[in-house]
Amino acid sequence: MADVITLNYEISPDDFTRAGEASSDVKSKLKQLGVSPEAIRKVSIAMYEGEINMVIHAQGGKITVEISPESIVMILADKGPGIPDIDKAMQAGWSTAPDEVRSLGFGAGMGLPNMKKYSDEMEVKTELGVGTTVTMVVKY
Amino acid sequence: MTVKDAMDVLGARVLVGEEHLDREVRSACGSDMMSDVLAFSKDHSILLTGLCNPQVIRTAEMLDIVCIIFVRGKKPDATILDMARERDLVVLETGHRMFSSCGLLYQAGLNGGAF
Repeated sequence: MADVITLNYEISPDDFTRAGEASSDVKSKLKQLGVSPEAIRKVSIAMYEGEINMVIHAQGGKITVEISPESIVMILADKGPGIPDIDKAMQAGWSTAPDEVRSLGFGAGMGLPNMKKYSDEMEVKTELGVGTTVTMVVKY
Repeated sequence: MTVKDAMDVLGARVLVGEEHLDREVRSACGSDMMSDVLAFSKDHSILLTGLCNPQVIRTAEMLDIVCIIFVRGKKPDATILDMARERDLVVLETGHRMFSSCGLLYQAGLNGGAF
C-alpha cells in the first residue's frame, strides 16, 4: 500500500434501505487490502453512523475515503441544514431525529458520539443552512 | 457457547446459516436501537432484536456479529434474509420476548461482555 487510494461515494437521499452500502463497500475493500481487523472495525462503525446521519438529516451527500499507508481518512460532506448546537449533538442520547427514524432503529442520540469514539481524530465543520462536513481519521 | 447452544436454550428456529451453527459466541447484545448496538457490542457477539429491517443486517455486518436472533416472533422478509445469506450470517427466530431471551442466555452462561 505505497500509494493513497481514494474512494468516492454519492449517498442518495431518503433511501433508508440502501443507507450503509458505501460503508459496506469500504469494509470489503479494506479487507482485501489486508488492513488490521481493529482498524476495519473502527472505520466501519464510524463511517456507517455518518452515512446513516447523512440520509436521516441531510438529504444525502458525498463521502470520500482516502486510504494511505499511515491512516484512513473519511470526509463526509453534505448540504443539509447544519447542526445548530454541536455540543448538544455530541452528547450521548441527545437526538433531533423524528419518530419515524426511531422506529427504524436509529435516532438514539449515539451517532456523533459513536463516530468520535471509533475514530482517532474527528473534526466537524457546520454552517446553518449550508451544510456539514465531518472529517474522521483512523490510524493504524 | 456455540450458536447451536443458544438456539437450544431459546427453542429458536434457524432461518439462515444452518451450516454455521458450530460458531462460537462470547457475548450478546439486546436492543432495537442499532446505534446502541454499534456503541456497545463486542466481538463474537449475538445480536438480539425485535427490529426487522435491512439496517439490522448492515449493523451486524459492520460489527462482525456472528448471529442475529429475532425475538418476539418477528419475521424478517426475504430481502432481509437474502442480505444475511450474502454476508454469511446466522439468523434465528424465537417466540420469546426480549427480556426472557436475554435472561435465558445469561443464565446459560453468556454475558454482555466487559463494560
